[in-house]
Amino acid sequence: MTIADFTFYLFAAVMVIAGLLTVTARNPVHSVLWLILAFLSGAGLFVLVGAEFVAMLLIIVYVGAVAVLFLFVVMMLDIDFAELKAEMAKYMPLAGLIGVVLLMQLALAFGPWTFADGIEGRLANPTPALDQAHNTQALGLILYDRYFLAFQVSGLILLVAMIGAIVLTLRHRADVKRQDIVAQMMRDPKKALELKDVKPGQGL
Amino acid sequence: MIGADLSILIPEIVLAVFAMAAMLAAVYTSKDAVAPALTWGTALIFVVMAFYIAVTGEGVRVGFNGGFVDDGFARFAKITILLSAAAILIVGIEFMQKSDLLRFEYPILVTLSVIGMMVMVSSGDLIVLYVGLELQSLALYVIASLRRDSVRSTEAGLKYFILGALSSGLLLYGASLVYGFAGTTQFAGIIETATAGEMPVGLLIGLVFLISGLAFKVSAAPFHMWTPDVYEGAPTPVTALLATAPKVAAVALFARVVHDAFGGAVGEWQQVVALLAVLSMFLGSIAAIGQTDIKRLMAYSSIGHMGFALMGLAAGTEQGVEAMLIYIAIYVTMNIGTFSFILSMEKDGRHVTDISALSSFASREGGKALALLVLMFSLAGVPPLVGFFGKYAVLFAAVEAGMAWLAIAGVIASVIGAYYYLRIVYLMYFGEDREGLDGRMGLVTYAGLMAMAALIALAWLPGLNLLGLEGMAAAAAQTLVR
Amino acid sequence: METILLFAPLVGALVAGFGWRMIGQTGAQVAATAMLFLACILSWAVFLGFDGETYTVPLFTWIESGTLFTDWAIRIDRLTAIMLIVITSVSALVHLYSFGYMAHDENFKDGESYRPRFFAYLSFFTFAMLMLVTADNLLQLFFGWEGVGVASYLLIGFYFRKPSAGAAAMKAFIVNRVGDFGFLLGIFALFWMTDSIQFDVILPMGAELAQMTITFLGMELNAAETIAFLLFIGAMGKSAQLLLHTWLPDAMEGPTPVSALIHAATMVTAGVFLVCRMSPIIEYAPMAGNFIIIIGAVTAFFAATVGLVQNDIKRVIAYSTCSQLGYMFVAAGVGVYSVAMFHLFTHAFFKAMLFLGAGSVIHAMHHEQDMRNYGGLRKKIPLTFWAMMIGTLAITGVGIPTTYFGFAGFFSKDAVVESAFAFGGDLGQFAFWSLIVAAVFTSFYSWRLIFLTFFGEPRGSKHTHEHAHESPWTMLAPLGVLAVGAVFSGVVWYNSFFGHTDEVGRFFGVPYAQEEHVEEGAHGATDEAHAAADTHATESAESAEGDHGYAHYNLVGAPGEGAIHAAPDNNILNEAHEVPYWVKWSPFFAMLLGFVVAFWFYIVNPSLPRRLAESQRPLYQFLLNKWYFDEAYDFLFVRPARALGRFLWKGGDGAVIDGGINGLALGIIPFFTRLAGRAQSGYIFTYAFAMVLGLVVLVTWVTLRAGG
Repeated sequence: MTIADFTFYLFAAVMVIAGLLTVTARNPVHSVLWLILAFLSGAGLFVLVGAEFVAMLLIIVYVGAVAVLFLFVVMMLDIDFAELKAEMAKYMPLAGLIGVVLLMQLALAFGPWTFADGIEGRLANPTPALDQAHNTQALGLILYDRYFLAFQVSGLILLVAMIGAIVLTLRHRADVKRQDIVAQMMRDPKKALELKDVKPGQGL
Repeated sequence: MIGADLSILIPEIVLAVFAMAAMLAAVYTSKDAVAPALTWGTALIFVVMAFYIAVTGEGVRVGFNGGFVDDGFARFAKITILLSAAAILIVGIEFMQKSDLLRFEYPILVTLSVIGMMVMVSSGDLIVLYVGLELQSLALYVIASLRRDSVRSTEAGLKYFILGALSSGLLLYGASLVYGFAGTTQFAGIIETATAGEMPVGLLIGLVFLISGLAFKVSAAPFHMWTPDVYEGAPTPVTALLATAPKVAAVALFARVVHDAFGGAVGEWQQVVALLAVLSMFLGSIAAIGQTDIKRLMAYSSIGHMGFALMGLAAGTEQGVEAMLIYIAIYVTMNIGTFSFILSMEKDGRHVTDISALSSFASREGGKALALLVLMFSLAGVPPLVGFFGKYAVLFAAVEAGMAWLAIAGVIASVIGAYYYLRIVYLMYFGEDREGLDGRMGLVTYAGLMAMAALIALAWLPGLNLLGLEGMAAAAAQTLVR
Repeated sequence: METILLFAPLVGALVAGFGWRMIGQTGAQVAATAMLFLACILSWAVFLGFDGETYTVPLFTWIESGTLFTDWAIRIDRLTAIMLIVITSVSALVHLYSFGYMAHDENFKDGESYRPRFFAYLSFFTFAMLMLVTADNLLQLFFGWEGVGVASYLLIGFYFRKPSAGAAAMKAFIVNRVGDFGFLLGIFALFWMTDSIQFDVILPMGAELAQMTITFLGMELNAAETIAFLLFIGAMGKSAQLLLHTWLPDAMEGPTPVSALIHAATMVTAGVFLVCRMSPIIEYAPMAGNFIIIIGAVTAFFAATVGLVQNDIKRVIAYSTCSQLGYMFVAAGVGVYSVAMFHLFTHAFFKAMLFLGAGSVIHAMHHEQDMRNYGGLRKKIPLTFWAMMIGTLAITGVGIPTTYFGFAGFFSKDAVVESAFAFGGDLGQFAFWSLIVAAVFTSFYSWRLIFLTFFGEPRGSKHTHEHAHESPWTMLAPLGVLAVGAVFSGVVWYNSFFGHTDEVGRFFGVPYAQEEHVEEGAHGATDEAHAAADTHATESAESAEGDHGYAHYNLVGAPGEGAIHAAPDNNILNEAHEVPYWVKWSPFFAMLLGFVVAFWFYIVNPSLPRRLAESQRPLYQFLLNKWYFDEAYDFLFVRPARALGRFLWKGGDGAVIDGGINGLALGIIPFFTRLAGRAQSGYIFTYAFAMVLGLVVLVTWVTLRAGG
């Protein structure tokens, strides 16, 4: 077993265990932390196959942004996880049974796993070899060429996500005063105030 | 090279540009005040694009390295999607205005969703399939919870979203298994490997996962459970949309995947699809019996109808796909008419969805009641209305393909299902005399109801021949099943 | 001509239904009726000008001639021609009759315009019925089949303010769906085996079908048997045969002209028509044929027993219809389709007449339908009385056996009874005796109706009796015309339907050939006495004709040739003429017996029926409640279906399930509601769980299939 093999199994095992603990951890904050560990292990696996750009993306985007956002959300929401868990426990035996059945079937599938004939030919060409183009470049090449359509549609998906977030959350509150800079600047003192000459001793 | 590819994509590009331009325009002008005009404009552009596709489309064109296929099948589905979405947008305007929901984002989100649907039905690659599906779904999740102050609406959106995410997970897992076996995500590549010899179990399981993910979008039992809740909770025009265009897209995509990617292994997926069809037909028929809310009723009705459409698909033949297309086109027509009516169901100025409000409607509004009667009879599959032809087509396709048991199950289900459609007719015509619906209808919804009812009542006439639907569906099916 | 004939009623329906605002109510009525009379005249022209040669008139073709849908054409053969005159004649008369009958109706408020609608429905029904009988393929036939169902649904529920009418309409439709289900399956099976739904293709394949097998769910089924059986299920639904008969009596909730047209003369006979139309297939399905005989005979008996004790005048006639339909099916089942059509033909006249007569009585008595409140009406409404008398004489089969003197029902009913006897074997005996007993009952309840209504002392509200009045001419004229039919339709066409085989063959356009039997030589020598003694295949017992030396013929047409078909070994038609004398006389005595008992019960000793009912309470209740079929169905089907619906349905407002649908309200079953609440809980995890469960089931199934 080479170092590379060993590292692969290490990362893989950590990832699976961390994933499991994400689901089972009692404290939601711990869950998110386990999730971050899973992401990190995933990044490690990507490095092993030579996809360092994706690995870094995973760390920056998922660990750096998404997971931290999760953490905030989890800490801000006051959810009684214990109650949810109790509800879940009722279904646990049946769900466990079904899970086991599914797992056995997947094992049945993976045991005698075969690849289709000529798979090497189809797999060979997605990216050029590392010595010809580095990772980022290779990724860019296929992303903007081969997967152009998917990339663009993904852009539209993000657009929808943005519109959706605004539609569902933005509220124009009428009872809040807002600063209108233009109005402030264009304000004419002549119209805004009136000078009255008050005669002494008379008052208004 | 990219130019040639883009030329296939013109309708989608036009719509995407339109959506973005419309958004900018609306944001920088008077926002929601332009929404009615924008909705009309969106519907108009849908119709224009439908005509564009109908007129310019010819032959089979493949672009983006096989990721996007423009063939007769895709065109048929796209035209149906565009026209039905346009119709639903128009008939929904008045309702949305009344309930203060007509925001300018609504037509834009619908446009984006329609783009997603169009990508779906044209996809030739698992990745394109997935992004199209997500684009479509995400926009729908948002508009399902458009009435954000209503607990029901937001709950509907949330349920739809979470379960949709689960189904996406299933779909992706299946796709990864398929990719792992075939080494490619392109349908053209998958079909080569899938036809060579017996399918290994792994690929089979991948296929089942894939089908499960698709079945969720079609709302086939047992992946249907979101449907009644979402239909009930969402604002009615959105429900109408959910029941029409996305169903066309999902069914077409289903057909595309099983025929384009697994066309050589009909025997492997046929049984699964048939099982889904049977479950859906029966669940749709039986569970609808107890419903009192017409939107829930229509949810179960759509589950049942999807079962029938899947029956055509389960036949696994060209004729089956043809029958499926005929069925779905007719189904959409009937639903547009029915929802036009549901949109106008008001009692004392408030929208009601309880079917008891229909009681003795016929004695007050004979014409509208007659139109709804036609639609209900057609949904139940009573000849000679057009709905019968759809059922007839799928049943015969199933029998032709040697799946007589499936056809028999279908007939039984349709017999049971007739009951609840008739119950509506019964209430309208023979229900006890009491204060019911106001009976007022906007001009647009009235026109929608009457036009669809007339179409359903008359299009079967021999001179009209279903307006040539059969020929178009046959041509479309021919390009898919080879 | 055929095209105009077919579409005239549709035009009438459209004009009356949509155009009445322009031409006025009366205009609409006149238009619809005029169209019907036009169709009627054309039908008679077709019928009389028809030479036995089947021909088709193409109507339309699907322009995009795809694979799924077939072209439309009118097929005219003798069966169609008979049905054409029956339908259009009765319908035209019923239209005319409805002028008077529907003139005022207390079920509608003042100023409501219901008449154009009624006429539109009637005309639409007629169109659908014509479509059914002129179909040249199964799809077209099915269109008509469902069309008449819808029209019947609308007409039964025409008095929509009466909850019972709505419920009856619903029931009729749903029970018919059960029959339609069988029918559709039959069509599928036929299509599967023959790859066609065109009669031209299907019918000649009868004999081949008998050789084929259908493999379904591992069972090997004879194709002809299965198809014949399934088609008959459809016929059972439409023709209200036992097990699927429950809707017909309830259908009497509709206006009386509707009962006359739809539920007596035309729609309910569609089942008989279907069986005759499919005779080339049914002939090769002996087991299915036997099944038809059994159902027909039992229905004839069952319905007659129930008819004995009903008090509603229309229900009595309804059960009588049910019973007479049983006769027709027996005839069809034993293989003499001409006789089945014969009875259909005569029955249409006299039964329509009885219904219209009953309508006239009801009209006179201000919509009172209970016979216990009638009595002594003979003087008040003499013309109606005579019409009803003629109808009763016809249905009870009054006539002198072995001669040509008798009312229409006499000829056709005797033909059925003799055919049943000639069929022989235990089954033939069973059918024969059932029909004879049914004939006794028929006679009894028919005369009971007459006696209760027209004789004795006036009972019930004095006011209505004083105001009883004869109906207007629009109602009496149809009665007169039908009376002519009820008297003469039997004797005129006797030979065509039940004469010698060559005449029947000529009439139906079926080739025939001289029989080559050994017994042939014995013809000249035998005399009548000999014929009576020797029951089998010696001589025609048509003594009145005295046709000694008459040569025997057999129908030898290939399947699909001509309008009906007889298998090579089917010789019932000949044998039916040669049954013993006592068989020929037995219906006569049955009729007489029924009459005498009725006379004794209701004229001589009117208190007897009540005492009998009290002393035989269980039996009386059993009959009065129609053998408890409705209750049994309610328990077996209606409740479980509801419970299932409830089970699959989220909690919600369970009480609102329409109590009125089948006339019974069902309390909520709290248990099911709770269970259902758990099934569609509204919780996401339940839904997700269902999805995963479904997935696992699918995966398991697929892997097991792949592995095993």
